[in-house]
Amino acid sequence: MAFTEDWKDLDAQQRYEARMDAWADPAVEFESDAVKQEYQDRVRMLRDVVELKKPSRVPIAPWMSLFPGLSQGLTAKETYYDYAKLADAWMKFHAEYKQDVLAFSINIVPVHIYDALDYKLYDWPGHGVGEDSGYQYNEAEYMKADEYDLLINDPSSYWTRCYLPRVVGAFEPFAGLDPFTDLVEGPTVGPFFIPFGTPPVQEMLKKMIDAGNAAMEWIQNFAAMDARAMAAYGLPGFAGGVTKAPYDILGDTLRGTRGLMLDVFRQPDKVLEACERLVPLAIDWAVRSNNTTRHPFVFIPLHKGADGFLSDADFRRFYWPTLKKVLLGLIDEGLVPLCFAEGAYNDRLEAIHDEEIPAGKMIWMFDATNMSEAKRHLGGYQCIGGNVPGALLTTGTVQDMDDYVRQLIEDVAGDGGFILGSGIVIDEARTDCVKQMIAAGLKYGSQV
Amino acid sequence: MTQELTQAIVDLREDDALAMVDDLLAKGDDAVGILADCKAAMDVIGEKFAGGEAFIPELIMAGEIMTGVSAKLKPHLTAATPEEKLGVVVIGTVQGDIHDIGKDIVVTMLDIAGFDVVDLGVDVKIEKFIATAQEKDAQVIAMSCLLTSAIDSMKKVVSAAREADLNGCKLMIGGAPITEQVVAYTGADGYGKDAVEAVELAKQWIGGK
Repeated sequence: MAFTEDWKDLDAQQRYEARMDAWADPAVEFESDAVKQEYQDRVRMLRDVVELKKPSRVPIAPWMSLFPGLSQGLTAKETYYDYAKLADAWMKFHAEYKQDVLAFSINIVPVHIYDALDYKLYDWPGHGVGEDSGYQYNEAEYMKADEYDLLINDPSSYWTRCYLPRVVGAFEPFAGLDPFTDLVEGPTVGPFFIPFGTPPVQEMLKKMIDAGNAAMEWIQNFAAMDARAMAAYGLPGFAGGVTKAPYDILGDTLRGTRGLMLDVFRQPDKVLEACERLVPLAIDWAVRSNNTTRHPFVFIPLHKGADGFLSDADFRRFYWPTLKKVLLGLIDEGLVPLCFAEGAYNDRLEAIHDEEIPAGKMIWMFDATNMSEAKRHLGGYQCIGGNVPGALLTTGTVQDMDDYVRQLIEDVAGDGGFILGSGIVIDEARTDCVKQMIAAGLKYGSQV
Repeated sequence: MTQELTQAIVDLREDDALAMVDDLLAKGDDAVGILADCKAAMDVIGEKFAGGEAFIPELIMAGEIMTGVSAKLKPHLTAATPEEKLGVVVIGTVQGDIHDIGKDIVVTMLDIAGFDVVDLGVDVKIEKFIATAQEKDAQVIAMSCLLTSAIDSMKKVVSAAREADLNGCKLMIGGAPITEQVVAYTGADGYGKDAVEAVELAKQWIGGK
């Protein structure tokens, strides 16, 4: 569904403005006009930094995962499983930790649905990891080294018939189904539906109904939880959709890090072809979700392109070209890519300052990257942000934190185009350090 | 001749390297000598890594070639004198964390460097580190994590190891979130910022004993 009826007639800038306007005026009943004003001021701050203007103060947007639950006394398991406790914690968290965006509720992954489906890509509390752990990836070669052509020829068929049966227990029967593209003429309808008459497929369909019911319960609770915090505290979300770099789709969930690294040596052309094939899928994934949420930012966590994971030459050959196509595709849709470069990106700063990507159209959030260098390379070109270290949040002191944030803001926030954030997605951390990160951000970020 | 094999591995020409090993063995060359040439190549790759000219994929690919070479040499090595090991390293990803890629690279590099490596896998319980170190009389316990939430598990292993009095066993940590600050927090003896540094650190410690 298009964002507006005249979408096709709009250019990228008009689309961007339409999305920004919609974001500033959401269908939410704010508790008061004053709260609505706070919401709109925050949206303005975030829009200003994207456009490389000096904001009213530095916006503060740390990545949150389990921390909103854990900091309010919930276990990891309760945070995921108990919607009522989470909703309560969610309000208390946002009252106590005065950041400028809603915590990232998509990081509180929908474990009830995982339970219904026997989801194998992650472990979560009570399923492979302890009750106090966050969800974790089970990385494996879910796609085999000799399956590139299957993926390239028909990604949808590959997903349903090869990949999903391996990562979702309930979907094992998908492996025996014909591709849906067989349904091209009436006579194929008969053979296509035969497997649906068998007990394993019917069992799968029942599990999908259970998952659907769990999903309805999940979205009702989560949408209400976010809407309530938004209406009470005037907090915009930080992103309205997600996508990934094509190379990361291969490396994170299909071939695995090790498998993909070997493919780069053993079958480089297939890797490049598969990445190209995934570009339109990656763009479409975000556009659909951002059209629904009516939020312009697209969260793009970047993994396998970090320093050390590829040489500069291989980054420029395997990683960047297709990520760039995704970024350009999103920008053309009026969306704002919000890249989170996990790990260090010091060796990538030159490559990602790519003049083919228009200035002031995206955000680079960093983790362990040297921020002064990031500013030197990207300042005046794209908004940057981050990078309060995980080690400091976990093992630091309040004074260390104050010093770090003051220095960071002094170094890079002077002329705008900066968002204060965390270098990691926060599960466990020292509550005093998280509070100080925000307090210091407010203090020093108002003086620039 | 085997300069050529060393170079093939340094260049990560997998097929060439494996074919050369076949040829050398067919010609009756000594397996121990072939292995030495391969290790020379790994030293060069390690140096390139330390110098910022090679990266994780190169280490993994080189490790993969070494696995292939070792499989070919193994039947010819049984009669040879068993290689003297530098020392025992017990390694694992700590409790609460199931990430294994970094840990696996360190395992490969330690192994190639000549350590006897006992790999306990991921999500390893505190007691398991201690019991294995005792059982194997380890000189080093190496702990890995990716998640900051697992740093406390490292701290607990360090405390338990100090209490257990492991005959001077050194404690190494590593992983993306590890900094000097985390070393101080956990009480570990040191950290390697990558696999090559981890091997160097283990060599320093064991050499210094």
